[in-house]
Amino acid sequence: MELLYASCVGLLVACGIYLILRARTFPVVLGLTMLSYAVNLFLFSSGRLKINQAPVLGQSASYADPLPQALVLTAIVIGFAMTAFVVILAIRGRADLGNDHVDGQPRASRATKGSK
Amino acid sequence: MQHLITLPVLLPLLAGIILLLPPCGKNLVLRRWVATFMALFTLVASTLLLTTILGSGPLVYAIGEWQPPFGIVLYADPLAVALCILTSFLSLVTIVYASRGDDKAGSFFHPLAHFLLMGVNGAFLTGDLFNLFVFFEVLLIASYALLMHKKDKHTTKAALHYVILNLVGSSIFLIALGVLYGVLGTLNMADMAVKVALLQGDDIYLAKIGGLLLLIVFALKAALLPLHLWLPATYGRAMPVIAAQFAIMTKVGVYAIMRVFTMIFGEQAGELSGIASTWLWPLALVTLVVGAVGVLAAEDLRRLSANLVIVSVGTLIAMVALNNEQATAVAIYYLIHSTIACAAMFLVADMIALQRGKVQDRLVNSRGVAQPKLLGFCFVFAAIALAGLPPLSGFVAKLWLLDASYGAQVAWVFWPIYLLASLATLVALSRAGTSLFWHDHPNQDEQFEDNVYAGKRRTWALVLILAVPLMMTVFAAPLSEMSNQAAAALHNSQVAIDTVFALAKEQ
Repeated sequence: MELLYASCVGLLVACGIYLILRARTFPVVLGLTMLSYAVNLFLFSSGRLKINQAPVLGQSASYADPLPQALVLTAIVIGFAMTAFVVILAIRGRADLGNDHVDGQPRASRATKGSK
Repeated sequence: MQHLITLPVLLPLLAGIILLLPPCGKNLVLRRWVATFMALFTLVASTLLLTTILGSGPLVYAIGEWQPPFGIVLYADPLAVALCILTSFLSLVTIVYASRGDDKAGSFFHPLAHFLLMGVNGAFLTGDLFNLFVFFEVLLIASYALLMHKKDKHTTKAALHYVILNLVGSSIFLIALGVLYGVLGTLNMADMAVKVALLQGDDIYLAKIGGLLLLIVFALKAALLPLHLWLPATYGRAMPVIAAQFAIMTKVGVYAIMRVFTMIFGEQAGELSGIASTWLWPLALVTLVVGAVGVLAAEDLRRLSANLVIVSVGTLIAMVALNNEQATAVAIYYLIHSTIACAAMFLVADMIALQRGKVQDRLVNSRGVAQPKLLGFCFVFAAIALAGLPPLSGFVAKLWLLDASYGAQVAWVFWPIYLLASLATLVALSRAGTSLFWHDHPNQDEQFEDNVYAGKRRTWALVLILAVPLMMTVFAAPLSEMSNQAAAALHNSQVAIDTVFALAKEQ
């Protein structure tokens, strides 16, 4: 289970970073979302992975750690708000700058401008 | 009085909510007064808190009375509270300054300014690492919205970069927290400081990875090289009054570095003590150099001020990297001084830009400003403070800084770089002053209709903020005493541990 879980997190991080390094805002937003999913899963696992255990002390010999669950909940809420904000900002950028390139203009058009 | 420690966080939150509700929501004049007075109350509450803890030692407050290692605590030591005072003062000045019209450029300036204040104060006062993350997010989301306050397309571009960078930073922060929690089983800073020393085997490496990931995040917030590229664009593009308010935000990153790497990974941490110093020292020096080059190369006054922020971060981090009590004391004094001086420079740049028509604050020859005496005086005052010339606080800070680093082995690298950087600052500022005030066109008598005169409020705000460097020189002795005390409290993590766990035993 640990291996599967770790590979999922790793894959999500890899995809997220790849997408963030793209030069258009939409892939970047998707990449940020993937990265935040990966981070949430990772935080969740920091209390060790356990199946069918209550997060209550003293009820049984082993128990799930309740704190990472609370942390993940907070992280999800914050991540959601931030994603909403960055989506709006990307749309605003598309409207203000005339295209969806993160630098405001694609490299090709900048080069032609420079040569003129 | 035990609840006093929550006021610097709660008052701005309350203010933000009041400012959004009906009586203030529609009425701009009322909103300005409420915002000003709430910032003033926060300042008073922080000052009261400082006098309390200077007498009785650090305070701990368990939120909701949850016992310390499990619940979240607020921890007030002199450093945290002094910075709360600084932030509240800065907010007060910028709110007064913006009340002359800048707050009409977009919606919700006053509530956002208070939410920013809440986030920054919370980040200073918290004693829990996850809570630090939450307050970082509070201050960041307020800053995103403030950055977009004035609608124009260059700001949108700068904001896009700033937001995406900080979102990636937040993800790294969470990964670091996950690693540290997995290893240590706690996120309470005092508890972490105890547990870090007890680590064995491979856990040490994991904790080191977690700690250094935290360093990356804080370096991004502090604009330490090579993560500084967002700063000149962001601060240069934001409205100057907002950039002045942002002057404290890089310092939040510096504060977090000081807190985490002296309290948790400090001297008591065994194998993990001082893991950051080896990285911080070279990065600080390179930051200084790059900042100085940026100052020399700046084309307008706002960008120049933004690069001065980078220089101040480099200096501060160099002091933090020295990692001894005296250097930390200087860092605290210098932090207060540089924040105020940079913020003042942004405000002066705004006034100058408003009176020069289309040229704005670009450092080229153009018509003169409409109020040369007032603005010239303000500019010289701020420039003297920033360049570290006598008689203002920059000079005191510089002397003390050189004195503190004199004994260190690395002084022979730091001294020349630091002195050259301040020479560069001096050169750039004198050149800027010459072209802004002396090389103007002769048509002085002509009236320009687009001039915006510094009204009463703006003049008051400028006087208020420029009085601080003077006061910091006059009261240098008590202030340095306070800095020494704050540095001692920061370095002696045993005091923090004892205070926090005394609370656990009481309950």
